[in-house]
Amino acid sequence: MLLIHCPWCGPRDEIEFQCGGQSHITRPGPPEEVSDERWAQYLFERINPRGLHRERWLHAYGCRRWFNVARDTATHAILEIYPMNHASAQAVEQEGQG
Amino acid sequence: MQGYSGWKVFKEGLRRQMGWRQAWRDPVPQESYDVVIVGGGGHGLATAYYLAKNYGIRNVAVLEKGWIGGGNTGRNTTVVRSNYYYPASAALYDHSVKLYEGLATELNYNVMFSQRGMITLAHSRHDLEAATRWVGAMQLNGVDSEMISREEIARRVPALDMSPAARYPVWGGFMQKRAGTARHDAVAWGYARAADSLGVDIIQNCEVTGMVRDASGQVVAVDTSRGRIRAGKVAMTVAGHSTVLADMAGFRLPITSYALQAFVSEPLKPVIDTVILSLATGVYISQSDKGGLVVGGSLDLYPSYAQRGNLPTMRNVLGAVAEQYPSLGRVRFLRQWAGIVDICPDSSPIIGQSPVPGLYLNCGWGTGGFKAIPVGGTLLAHHLATDEPHELARSFSLERFTTGALIDEAAASGIAH
Repeated sequence: MLLIHCPWCGPRDEIEFQCGGQSHITRPGPPEEVSDERWAQYLFERINPRGLHRERWLHAYGCRRWFNVARDTATHAILEIYPMNHASAQAVEQEGQG
Repeated sequence: MQGYSGWKVFKEGLRRQMGWRQAWRDPVPQESYDVVIVGGGGHGLATAYYLAKNYGIRNVAVLEKGWIGGGNTGRNTTVVRSNYYYPASAALYDHSVKLYEGLATELNYNVMFSQRGMITLAHSRHDLEAATRWVGAMQLNGVDSEMISREEIARRVPALDMSPAARYPVWGGFMQKRAGTARHDAVAWGYARAADSLGVDIIQNCEVTGMVRDASGQVVAVDTSRGRIRAGKVAMTVAGHSTVLADMAGFRLPITSYALQAFVSEPLKPVIDTVILSLATGVYISQSDKGGLVVGGSLDLYPSYAQRGNLPTMRNVLGAVAEQYPSLGRVRFLRQWAGIVDICPDSSPIIGQSPVPGLYLNCGWGTGGFKAIPVGGTLLAHHLATDEPHELARSFSLERFTTGALIDEAAASGIAH
């Protein structure tokens, strides 16, 4: 069971939340200039690491707001929680790879 | 290979069981192989077996970081079925069921394939309409599948709550009579023994730590915890860890890894003689030959490599069992486990060439890899041997994510994800 510290509501059980998957994915554009390969990367390819993963979570049964979580996928340890519009140094690096 | 038979069991009984021999060797890795298969689960072992048997390619190694069949092959609910919606999926999975039907004879190993049938429950008019549509599609695809009435379900599954006040009222359902269960360890061990007898080296406790590529980009070797092993071709059959290997080779996959839990109860007298899936809860249940109830359900819905499940999903799954089968409400569960499954956006597998020359894929089976072990091995062996996709694999290439020709089987996978 994860204990997730919602930035607005405080620590709550994982059952109140939904995971929205990998964070910091940038939509390529303008659409007419995006190749099929690039579009497929954007839609489908995920970094899916064993270890640190930056992902979006929704406090679905609470304040219904989104935020970012840095979590270890092997230990489930939550390492950092930060707002949607925030991009830490590591997050920018991850985006560059994406 | 030492043949197994009823007569052999009888004879060994008279000889105090002293005549049994090791079922497969424990070889030291050679410097080089024609084909190196990474991952000693069902799919990897089956690939090695079909490479040796169908194509005569016997200089093959299967590298396994732990012990064979210790990953998802040993962490599933052993259900085998082919009730899929789209023609490409139906052909794929039905071929697998056909191979399972002859597998014990083919491998001279009792895989205990028991075609006890599978019932899918519809809990509303809308479920029933969807089920009718699916059954129509399955019958057009040549898969045995038929609607069954509420009364027939009540007759076949007396433990199910069919009362008017049931939390999940049953409106009807459909059944695939050729579906069933198999013994998961026996499938891995049977393929291992048969592949070994054809000359395949099965190397356990050998973790791949890197991919070696030459100047042209071709994969020519793998680095392992037991040294570098050169390879003409490398195949990866590592399910939830596919991304880890793809990272070593330098490409991305449309895969996310999740934990999928399963549970087994204390042994009971026979109470359920088929496999039952509920469309409302996504929970499926069967009873093993030992008497344990084997239960599975939803994924833990966030990415994980932890090989253990969390309590909220466990509570949902077992709560649904207690609601639907009130007489089982006080049954105690003995074990719980989780496997790391590789989910594609369309819930269909990826088989064939990777973007890296010399590296071949068999991944993305997600929550349904066990049922596909024979066909996964057949198709990957074909691609490795001929460098052309097998007829059944054409629709399941990695390119489908670029062309948009997805095969969305999220509904047929039966569970929430």
